[in-house]
Amino acid sequence: MLRFIVRRLIITVPMVIIVVSLTWGLIRLAPGNFYTGEKRIPPAIEQNLREKYGLNKPWYVQYGKMLKNTLMLDFGTSLKYEGQSVGSILARSLPVSATLGLLAYLLALVVGVTAGTLAALKQNSRLDYASMALAMLGISLPNFVLGPLLVLIFSLSLFWLPPTRWGGFPSVNLILPVLTLSAVYMAYIARLTRSGMLEVLRADYIRTARAKGLSEREVVLRHALRGGLMPVVSYTGPALAFLIAGTVVVERIFVYPGLGTYFLNACLNRDEPLIIGIVAFISISVLIFNLLVDIAYGFIDPRIRY
Amino acid sequence: MSSRNGNILEVRDLRTYFQTEDGSVKAVDGIDFVLKRGETLGIVGESGSGKSVTNLSIIRLIPDPPGKIVSGEIIFDGQDILLLPTEEVRKIRGKRIAMIFQDPMTSLNPFMRISKQLMELTELHLGYTKDQAYEHAIKMLDMVGIPDARARVDSYPHEFSGGMRQRVMIAMALSCQPELLIADEPTTALDVTIQAQILELIKSLKQETGTSVILITHDLGVVAGMTDHIIVMYAGKVFEQARTRELFATPGNPYTKGLLRSVPDPTSEHGALYQIPGLPPDVAHLPPGCPFAARCERAEDICRKEFPPFVALTPDHHSLCHFAEEVYATSQRELSARGGRQEQVLDLE
Repeated sequence: MLRFIVRRLIITVPMVIIVVSLTWGLIRLAPGNFYTGEKRIPPAIEQNLREKYGLNKPWYVQYGKMLKNTLMLDFGTSLKYEGQSVGSILARSLPVSATLGLLAYLLALVVGVTAGTLAALKQNSRLDYASMALAMLGISLPNFVLGPLLVLIFSLSLFWLPPTRWGGFPSVNLILPVLTLSAVYMAYIARLTRSGMLEVLRADYIRTARAKGLSEREVVLRHALRGGLMPVVSYTGPALAFLIAGTVVVERIFVYPGLGTYFLNACLNRDEPLIIGIVAFISISVLIFNLLVDIAYGFIDPRIRY
Repeated sequence: MSSRNGNILEVRDLRTYFQTEDGSVKAVDGIDFVLKRGETLGIVGESGSGKSVTNLSIIRLIPDPPGKIVSGEIIFDGQDILLLPTEEVRKIRGKRIAMIFQDPMTSLNPFMRISKQLMELTELHLGYTKDQAYEHAIKMLDMVGIPDARARVDSYPHEFSGGMRQRVMIAMALSCQPELLIADEPTTALDVTIQAQILELIKSLKQETGTSVILITHDLGVVAGMTDHIIVMYAGKVFEQARTRELFATPGNPYTKGLLRSVPDPTSEHGALYQIPGLPPDVAHLPPGCPFAARCERAEDICRKEFPPFVALTPDHHSLCHFAEEVYATSQRELSARGGRQEQVLDLE
């Protein structure tokens, strides 16, 4: 087990190097740079700035410096937000995104698992069709449509909830963004749960449990749920990583100062250190969450050993 | 009533149908049988003949939909199980009627410790505390011959071999000292050497506890040495029923004769293995006559047109065939010609 974890952590390093290298390459390949804007900076000033940030050196020196920074987990200072280190921006925006993401996933988990289980238990009933139709809607409705729609209904028509702005935790300001962000995950988890449960409910050991005289409730809770939720567990790793790492669209709609918003701005501004920093952070968290899920497997399914 | 006449189970005109897109599948279509307290009944038939559905019907575990018990009575110890509310059936399941399933590899919950799976039963039905149930679980594992039961009771199913898992299933089934044990092909998924062990185990436990047993199998060799009575099923119907010895010695149905001929005879040196020609019929589209007619050596026109009668050859021996008397007489002639060699085969078991 420990060997497995150490091995997986070591693999994380080359993975992150590959991801940031590709990102760096893409930034450099795209036409333009931080200094191309609507207002041209006088060449002399640009020259000075380039010297200050080491941008006048050959590409391989710059690439090497970027790699070194990444490995030290010190991404330097932002070009746009002068004097602010990438680290401090991450530290400031992560709690916003993490709050939003965790709440959204929690909501998705509770609603999704409940709906999926009920749908599986009453397969082909009205409840099943209704929840699966809703899930289909949830998956097909993009959040840039759902978000404004919710704002239109609950803020601008009913005046129940504030339309935008981060208000800390807990706050009513969270309701609409969490709902918007959660919808897709909720729908997806409901479908995963339903299919997982349907498969398990047909298993021989469920028949054994019924033959023991257990009530349907005990059969489901004690025997079926664990196996039926395996697909949801494997989905949780990447989903949670992306949710916590910030979601560009929802943060943009609700004007949340989270990672997603900073990432978007960094891309628009060609703020290279910030882009690299956020990308490295997201890829590390994806890898770690996947590792956590794999470890969790071992606890849920005793047949899995590392 | 039933307890007075010594019957633990009476099944009367049981019909279990499955609704499919292909129409109504009559998996079990008018089954009658009686099981006396302490006796063992063998149900024999090919795949799809309705053996398992019959037994799942007895404890009302037919998945509904698509399955439905359309009619009949299942009288267990004087009570018609089909008339009981689900709550009451649940109290019978696992406590008074227990089942052992075919595949021990998939019939135990892979996510749960053996101890917990065993404890569940006694906690539920006998009101045992956790400690009592745990001790009882160890005792049961010990009884079914699992070495070092105390050390292994907390294992997971995947840490046991197939034969050991089937022993666990048996331990589980017998936990509450059921009055009726239904073993649905308990040895099909196991190695031959393990098969013999498991059958021996069921046999000796039955003698110790006095449980009545229904043994479902497609293997005539398995039922020969284990059962008092045998029912031969085909296409959801009982084709023949008789005392075990009688059925093996003088079968009164062409299908049973075919089955008996398909058992490999190690003393015979010549000839290929016999097999009944053709395949079992599609029970969703049965012909009007005898369902076995198309594969039967004895079949005549009447077999394809009219459904055969259930003929009583002796008070204890029935056969579903237009020519039951004739087939029975032939069997008797063959038996005396062989000088009772069939008896020897039986004694081998």
